[in-house]
Amino acid sequence: MDERWSWYRQMVRIRRFEERCVELYSATKIRGFLHLYIGEEAVAAGVMSRLRPDDAVVATYRDHGHAIAKGVSMRAVMAEMFGKVDGCSRGRGGSMHLFDVAHGLYGGNAIVGGGLPIAAGLAWADRRLGRDRVTACFFGEGAVAEGEFHETLNLASLWKLPVLFCCENNLYAMGTEIAHEQADLDLTVKASGYALPAWSVDGMDVEAVAAATERALASIRAGGGPVFLELKTFRFRAHSMYDPDRYRTSAEIEHWKERDPLLVLEERLRADAAAGDDVDARFAEVAAEVDAEVDDAVAFADAAELEPVEELTRWVHADDSSVPRQEVVR
Amino acid sequence: MTKTTYREALREGLREALAGDDRVVLLGEDVGAYGGSFAVSLGLLEQFGPDRVVDTPLSESAFVGAAIGAAMGGIRPIVEIMTVNFSLLALDQIVNNAATYLHMSGGQIHVPVVIRMTTGAGRQLAAQHSHSFEGIYAHIPGLRVVAPATLEDARGMLATALADPDPVVIFEHAALLPMAGDLADDAGAVDLDRAAVRREGTDVTLVSYGARLHTCLEAAEALAADGVSAEVVDLRTLRPLDLPTILASVARTHRAVVVDEAWRTGGIGAEVAAAICEHTFWDLDAPVARVATLEVPIPYAIHLEAAALPQAADVVAAARAVVA
Repeated sequence: MDERWSWYRQMVRIRRFEERCVELYSATKIRGFLHLYIGEEAVAAGVMSRLRPDDAVVATYRDHGHAIAKGVSMRAVMAEMFGKVDGCSRGRGGSMHLFDVAHGLYGGNAIVGGGLPIAAGLAWADRRLGRDRVTACFFGEGAVAEGEFHETLNLASLWKLPVLFCCENNLYAMGTEIAHEQADLDLTVKASGYALPAWSVDGMDVEAVAAATERALASIRAGGGPVFLELKTFRFRAHSMYDPDRYRTSAEIEHWKERDPLLVLEERLRADAAAGDDVDARFAEVAAEVDAEVDDAVAFADAAELEPVEELTRWVHADDSSVPRQEVVR
Repeated sequence: MTKTTYREALREGLREALAGDDRVVLLGEDVGAYGGSFAVSLGLLEQFGPDRVVDTPLSESAFVGAAIGAAMGGIRPIVEIMTVNFSLLALDQIVNNAATYLHMSGGQIHVPVVIRMTTGAGRQLAAQHSHSFEGIYAHIPGLRVVAPATLEDARGMLATALADPDPVVIFEHAALLPMAGDLADDAGAVDLDRAAVRREGTDVTLVSYGARLHTCLEAAEALAADGVSAEVVDLRTLRPLDLPTILASVARTHRAVVVDEAWRTGGIGAEVAAAICEHTFWDLDAPVARVATLEVPIPYAIHLEAAALPQAADVVAAARAVVA
């Protein structure tokens, strides 16, 4: 089957899941910060399609797309956002901190740049233990201004670590346009300064993302050390549900929506359709199936239990630690 | 018994850890070719090679974070930070990542990393090499924080820290590195859970840790000459505090002087004093006294540095005041 359909489905899954999250936020089922990935789906869908199931991912606080594309069930993600014990982090992390080690997801990190050293360390352990694994580390262009970006690219390149650095450049570090926070807008120049391959990719084109990822992974798995991908993308929604989005014009947003990764792929699928193939019916079919999956995830999250408060002090230290479980002291 | 120093005891602990488990690596600035900025790891590169004793760039956040990530990935890193002052550059990784991952992930992510660093003043290194920030780390749930003050603890705390499934921060006082003494030939792992009574006494309890333990022992000697019997408690573990040992001593002596090389405000000394007041208030015959570093950045000039730091005479004066 044409792989483009599986990318298409994956992107629709992320899109519809998050559109439902917006409704659930308004309905106060989801609270806290909610950072939407809508518009950026081609990045997660494209990169993950070239990772192996046991490859590792370190994500950011905008991590729903990464989790879903890495194979974490919608049920586990939705239950996490509902704060339920059946959530992938037992309701302790919420939207920004989705963890699922069984699927290689080492967490959404809410400190900008904070995940990069962790990814380098995971990759270092893999190499020391002889594990044939790559760690994909996602971060935004805002992180490129952080010291941890520079420290980690230098270290990873120096040690030739198997890390795929995926910079999701959506042009705005929260509300600050890239031109107001980067002295050089060409992010690959900065990365190249650390003696590693650095390529810029159209992040609205899932096929281009997958192709660049494939090439990068081949180099990394061959022992060539880390690769930096700048994935040029755009978020169609505000930074978070709290953000009135005063810093972007609607014209700019509409302009980028013309390059909606779903539309880009739909057009290609339509153009390449065989005679008599009703592509629009297939799009509708995918949407219906995905909606059913989202409905199921919401029903699951609704019915799930809350973690008992007696468990609150569990896992401050490991269960087998000699440190006694701390009494909750107020 | 073998004649040794605190520095050599630390080194033997490292040597044993590296020899005993292939997953153990030592990394940090100048731990290899230089032999450690305080010569603690001298000779270990030659013995274990550059894959096990790893020099890093001067990137505290990256190499401490990488050690945390590597611990998550299944190896057992011992990461050395030159001094606690520089560790502030890695504070994000230690506090926001190492200390939170287990809880925030609902029990999925273990971070068995050991973070060693020197701390403390007394060597005329001025304000960016001399501070005692242990209290910052002891404030953080998810970390275990220990401070060896004796040769036995310098030798044995590392092995227990490495066996711990959670992050452990070890504070080695730089002024203690040349401290010499006898160490049992079979010295090895020690517990990280209990405070220790280093000198028994009946009139007042002096509570401290690290280099100031020795200040307290010196003060206790002087007090004894005056007929005041001081008990000296070595905290050993700064988080979690071993309150039962501290409180039992104060319940016996009815008086306490808390001695802290950090500043008075909001530090470990404050925490210990608060716990004593909370739990043994009705056993106390006098208000809890504190001796801490003067609230100034530690200066270079020797007389100013000495004046800023808690000295035995200050401890003696505080103890006399509470037993008066």
